[in-house]
Amino acid sequence: MNNSNSMFARATPILFGALFLIGLVAPFAVYPTFLMKILCFGLFACAFNLLLGFAGLLSFGHAAFLGSAGYVCGMLVRDVGVTPELGILGGTLAAGVLGWVFGVLAIRRTGIYFAMITLALSQMVYFIVLQWKATGGEDGLQGVPRGQLFGVIDLSNNIAMYYLVFAVFCIGFFIIYRAIHSPFGQILKAIRENEPRAVSLGYDVAKFKLLAFVLSAALAGMAGATKTLVFQLASLTDVHWHMSGEVVLMTLLGGLGTVLGPLVGAATIVSLQTELADSVGSWVTVIMGTIFVVCVLLFRRGIVGELQALIRRAGIR
Amino acid sequence: MEIFGVPSALLGSQLLVGLINGSFYAILSLGLAIIFGLLNIINFTHGAQYMMGAFVAWIALNKLGINYWVALLFAPIVIGALGVLIERTMLRKLYKLDHLYGLLLTFGLALIFEGIFRDQYGISGQSYPVPELLQGGVNLGFMFLPIYRGWVVVAALTVCFATWFVIEKTKLGAYLRAGTENPQMVQALGINVPLLITFTYGFGVALAAFAGVLAAPVYQVSPLMGSNLIIVVFAVVVIGGMGSIMGSILTGLGLGLIEGLTRVFYPEGSAVVVFVIMVVVLLVRPAGLFGKA
Repeated sequence: MNNSNSMFARATPILFGALFLIGLVAPFAVYPTFLMKILCFGLFACAFNLLLGFAGLLSFGHAAFLGSAGYVCGMLVRDVGVTPELGILGGTLAAGVLGWVFGVLAIRRTGIYFAMITLALSQMVYFIVLQWKATGGEDGLQGVPRGQLFGVIDLSNNIAMYYLVFAVFCIGFFIIYRAIHSPFGQILKAIRENEPRAVSLGYDVAKFKLLAFVLSAALAGMAGATKTLVFQLASLTDVHWHMSGEVVLMTLLGGLGTVLGPLVGAATIVSLQTELADSVGSWVTVIMGTIFVVCVLLFRRGIVGELQALIRRAGIR
Repeated sequence: MEIFGVPSALLGSQLLVGLINGSFYAILSLGLAIIFGLLNIINFTHGAQYMMGAFVAWIALNKLGINYWVALLFAPIVIGALGVLIERTMLRKLYKLDHLYGLLLTFGLALIFEGIFRDQYGISGQSYPVPELLQGGVNLGFMFLPIYRGWVVVAALTVCFATWFVIEKTKLGAYLRAGTENPQMVQALGINVPLLITFTYGFGVALAAFAGVLAAPVYQVSPLMGSNLIIVVFAVVVIGGMGSIMGSILTGLGLGLIEGLTRVFYPEGSAVVVFVIMVVVLLVRPAGLFGKA
């Protein structure tokens, strides 16, 4: 095991470097909007994974953070007229505050109750967004301008927009990576594995859970705010509970508790949805549901988790 | 006649709608609580099973000519049998894992069922006629009571209390309660616990389907009728706590009534009032009104 772990440690910088280079040249090979969608959902799933994969907390309401940040960013940029980077910052902060509210309430219960509480709270956010005039009701916020980054760089150019999204993703991913590999991340894992023991060791478990929740919510919000700029639209789909389910699916399919799994899962699901949207129509939901069932029954380690296990086995042999 | 400046007929009819919704909350949260007690799984498919119960009744009437009264028994049996199949082939494999996997599996199943019905019937609802025997209404003086709506409340409550009686007062219920406390011990005493679990899941699901048939003539029969309801029912379960059968019934009814009152006095808030109450309960009494701390 030690042997293979150190092998992972050596391979990690090379792998990340290669992925970074691919990210830099990708928009010249693949349609940029498609890539931006993958990166936004990838960050969303990575943020979600921080909570479920490392702290063991299943939030079924993460759409609330993605969606509300999107709406806040859209309103700031379109109706107040701030620059895009401030819009993203505003959306991120709003999602963080909302995450604090959700977190304070939900960490009062554990396990299945935690999931149900976050789901119910996000449904409340959905109804508020639906009924409030400023959010445009069923139409959502349309015609959000991408604007000019720092007042200089015109983002209506898809390539320029792509590099902003790529930068946002890298920042978010770096924060999550640092969080996971810090003492904070170790404490989260300890709480996941054995909460009573973490308490008996003197850790304020509630505080750590809340911190993880706020961080995860804020980063999910960062993804949502960026997504609003990309598509120039904040819509009800982003706050709907289906979206909360989708991010669970992305994380599960890619590999729960792995660093790169959520990105792989997001890329797979986004590609599938894009491919299938025209050919199968409403069967998309059925296919998503089937992937869910198959993942839970037969494929719990996910794509990246299975790959790691494969490499480990090869390393031992 | 007016009460708090609101015409009594309006107040009465909204309270009746509240009572009907409350009956559905009660049946559904009761089913969730029974399943959770023995399987330690939150059945996310519950809403889809309620929806399928309504659809089985609708298909039975339109394709097979099976009337409402037969459907009231037929749909729960069909959907309950499907539940037994799900438990035997899938849920059974998850009992040794983290409880969250059960939630995720049933969520996936809910998506599958909802997607299939949406593909077949679209999202616009189908209407189901009120059975002949229960058509019309009575004038109570302060309000007009459609007979079918009265019947829904009576039938739902009868089933709820019958379930309570079976679980709290009979030998079968004693096995069930014992299995909830300590399945290994009950197994050691020679009771077939896996069979008991299968039966419990089938029964909980059948309750959802029964609620679906009751709902068919009141609401439109639509593929999405279950998914929005089930999230409210989750909030109901958080508020009541899943420890007590009677607690589930009372919480469901009470919240339905409060929702009805909100619709009269502050219509904008009616969609979120249950969630707001959940927040207050979490702050004041995190274990839920009837929950064990």
